[in-house]
Amino acid sequence: MEKFGLNLKATELRLGLPGSESPERQSSDENSNKNKKGNTVVLSLKGLAGPGAKRGYSDAIDSKWVFSGNTSDGSINNNGGKCVSGSDSGLCCPVVKESGSAQSPKPVVVVQEKKSHTHNHGSAPSKAQIVGWPPIRSFRKNTMSSHSAKNDDDSEAKLGMECLYVKVSMDGAPYLRKVDLKTYGSYMELSSALEKMFSCFTIGQCGSHNVLSRDGLSESRLMDLLHGSEYVLTYEDKDGDWMLVGDVPWEMFTNSCKRLRIMKSSEAIGLAPRAMEKCRSRN
Amino acid sequence: MQSMESTRSTRSLSFPDKVLHRVFTHLTSNEDRNSVSLVCKTWYNADRLSRSKVSIRNCYSVSPEILVRRFPNVRCVTLKGKPRFSDFNLVPPDWGADVHAWLVAFADKYPLLEELSLKRMVVSDESLEFLAFSFPDFKRLSLLSCDGFTTDGLEAIASYCKNLTEFDIQENGVEDTSGSWLSYFLESFTSLEVLNFANLSSEVDFDALERLVSRCKSLKVLKVNRSVSLEQLQKLLVLAPQLVELGTGSFSQEFSAHQFVDLESCFSSCKNIQSLSGLCDATARYLPAIYPACANLTFLNLSYSAMGSDELDELLMHCPCLQRLWVLDTVGDKGLEAVGSNCPLLEELRVFPSDPFDDDTIQGVTEAGFLAVSFGCPRLHYVLYFCQQMTNAAVATIVQNCPDFTHFRLCIMNPRQPDYLTNEPMDEAFGAVVKTCTKLQRLSVSGLLTDLAFEYIGKHAKNLEVLSIAFAGSSDRGMQCVMEGCPKIRKLEIRDCLFGDAALLSGLDKYESMRSLWMSSCNLTMDGCRLLAKKMPRLNVEVIQEDESDDSEADKVYVYRTVAGPRKDSPPSVFTL
Repeated sequence: MEKFGLNLKATELRLGLPGSESPERQSSDENSNKNKKGNTVVLSLKGLAGPGAKRGYSDAIDSKWVFSGNTSDGSINNNGGKCVSGSDSGLCCPVVKESGSAQSPKPVVVVQEKKSHTHNHGSAPSKAQIVGWPPIRSFRKNTMSSHSAKNDDDSEAKLGMECLYVKVSMDGAPYLRKVDLKTYGSYMELSSALEKMFSCFTIGQCGSHNVLSRDGLSESRLMDLLHGSEYVLTYEDKDGDWMLVGDVPWEMFTNSCKRLRIMKSSEAIGLAPRAMEKCRSRN
Repeated sequence: MQSMESTRSTRSLSFPDKVLHRVFTHLTSNEDRNSVSLVCKTWYNADRLSRSKVSIRNCYSVSPEILVRRFPNVRCVTLKGKPRFSDFNLVPPDWGADVHAWLVAFADKYPLLEELSLKRMVVSDESLEFLAFSFPDFKRLSLLSCDGFTTDGLEAIASYCKNLTEFDIQENGVEDTSGSWLSYFLESFTSLEVLNFANLSSEVDFDALERLVSRCKSLKVLKVNRSVSLEQLQKLLVLAPQLVELGTGSFSQEFSAHQFVDLESCFSSCKNIQSLSGLCDATARYLPAIYPACANLTFLNLSYSAMGSDELDELLMHCPCLQRLWVLDTVGDKGLEAVGSNCPLLEELRVFPSDPFDDDTIQGVTEAGFLAVSFGCPRLHYVLYFCQQMTNAAVATIVQNCPDFTHFRLCIMNPRQPDYLTNEPMDEAFGAVVKTCTKLQRLSVSGLLTDLAFEYIGKHAKNLEVLSIAFAGSSDRGMQCVMEGCPKIRKLEIRDCLFGDAALLSGLDKYESMRSLWMSSCNLTMDGCRLLAKKMPRLNVEVIQEDESDDSEADKVYVYRTVAGPRKDSPPSVFTL
């Protein structure tokens, strides 16, 4: 099976969670660590994926979240190893400790699922189970939770300062991110930010085909999109419907987007007709 | 010979008491006061008779009777009750620290009581009424992190304390039944200087508030709650341009351009504002209205305002004098870079988590933000920082940039999380802190820590007074290093570490010189605690046993020195050994 050639352990993505096992690192040739002291380099898989190859997602990896990183600005800068981060909220992209084995055509970066973590002192309890942790006064806890509850109970979006934090989830990923939609001016910007945060997916291709226009996507192009990659970017709008990102003008999108989801394209196929319908009814 | 000596000695003793008293009134610090009282009997008496302010930082370390007997002329009292971890629900609600017995003693012996500051005490409405009736000269009330009262109790204060100057209700567990308490201030009442009800949620009668602000010409501090709209706030500011501290409440409203201009000019007349808080629902559109008032701002509390990095950047450009900043982590690392760029005089930074219980989302600030601040703010000496990830290298650089830390409270929110780049424990980070920051008084550690971290602390943190530890250490040796190595340690709070009886007993010599020790979810046994209690009779060794899980284990232990003996008001779950 292909997965055994992938040498998953060697290229392990760390999110810095407790109890991640520290695998033996193998230093190797041209793909070895640039800095032996443990600075990290984020992998690029764009060049490595063969034509027509699915980008780094292996069905064989069951409970692990797999994605490919992006080295466009992967060098570690002076402020302490912050790697690629497209968003203003200063989220640090999961950092990769690279000791790529040259043989593997797709060095896959793996994030250990939180639940399977073990560490020196036994299993890490999830935060929700620990009384009084993190140490925040009850008053503050209650105030903040009622504050976000104020803004539309069903919504994941937190409104403040006219910034619009929405949660971004990716199917199969154990972690969500938050992005502030207000900091992006177009789908392209959002797309490249998310790309840095997660992996390459549909919207990237969208841009290159120059599909995005004020009129929305044409049906045929949408189909191209969906067949071209394994994942698509979708969002939940104010009505609670899940729509494909890119089918409405940007401002309309930011006003109606409640949360984002990077969805398996197989599941998204059903969205396309609905998206076109909504689009048509709006125009 | 003998007679000459005795004359000489009596001559020195005949220094009039009144003069001593006058001199001592200039000694305001409690430490100085405590020192002079130890010199000789005369000085002890002079101190006790002239002491008007007492601060009891553990209400069970002394009894009301002992206090009033020693200090008969007290006017101002500060009382702190529950252990700090009660803020995080680790202490049962009926644990104690009820203020009532103190008030009864004060009513008897301190009829001229002016000031009462309570922190983590239980205060009932009856107590507030009793306070209002018993002390005609009462001026200043401050309640922080207290519970047990409702807004009904506040009505009594408003109605009967005719000389009230300070009414400061902060972050309490108060049952807010209505905002009518504010209407109970009499129309003839004009002395208020401090009014802080930001913590209360009920809507107050705005007309009553407006009239109150209008007639209290000495009002310096006004912190309103969220129910006050932007337009209403503006009306209040017009009446009180002399304010030094302002809490804006929600700061939200739909304004026309014209109204915005008015609002802006209103803020420009507030030339004395040094402290600003609230802005809970402020939007980027109206925030610029406050810029004109920020020229002298030294303290900005945005910890209830979900601000983004761009807004923060713009705001900070207008705050050249800022010394203290509290924010939510919604500002992100980018926002903290703006702090580093705009606030060269910054001394204190607190970054609170906006969504601390969301395990699944990667969010907030990282080591990058903290680093950025440290590069730009060399005077930084107080930090409270909640983050999801940190590295040893970053902390080492941070303390190199800011070697003057007195308070370093770092909370990596996932328990036992290592350096996320190297996967190593965070020992070296805190090692760097204690080695570099020789003035360090308060330290909160987090992340994956072995005994090495505590070896460093014991070896280097010679001025450390308060230490908070959670989910750390590899053996008893860790705690031992601290107990043996930190001469000035006063408060030690430990949770979820595997320190056991040996660790507890290693501090035998220290506990009487400390205010308190808290250990919960460690490896203590009842036998170990009993041994400690037996060896140190002047300590109260209290075990909180909430469920009947295992009688031999001591899940929550609170040890403190006291001259009042074991307390008589323990609830059933608390045992004094």
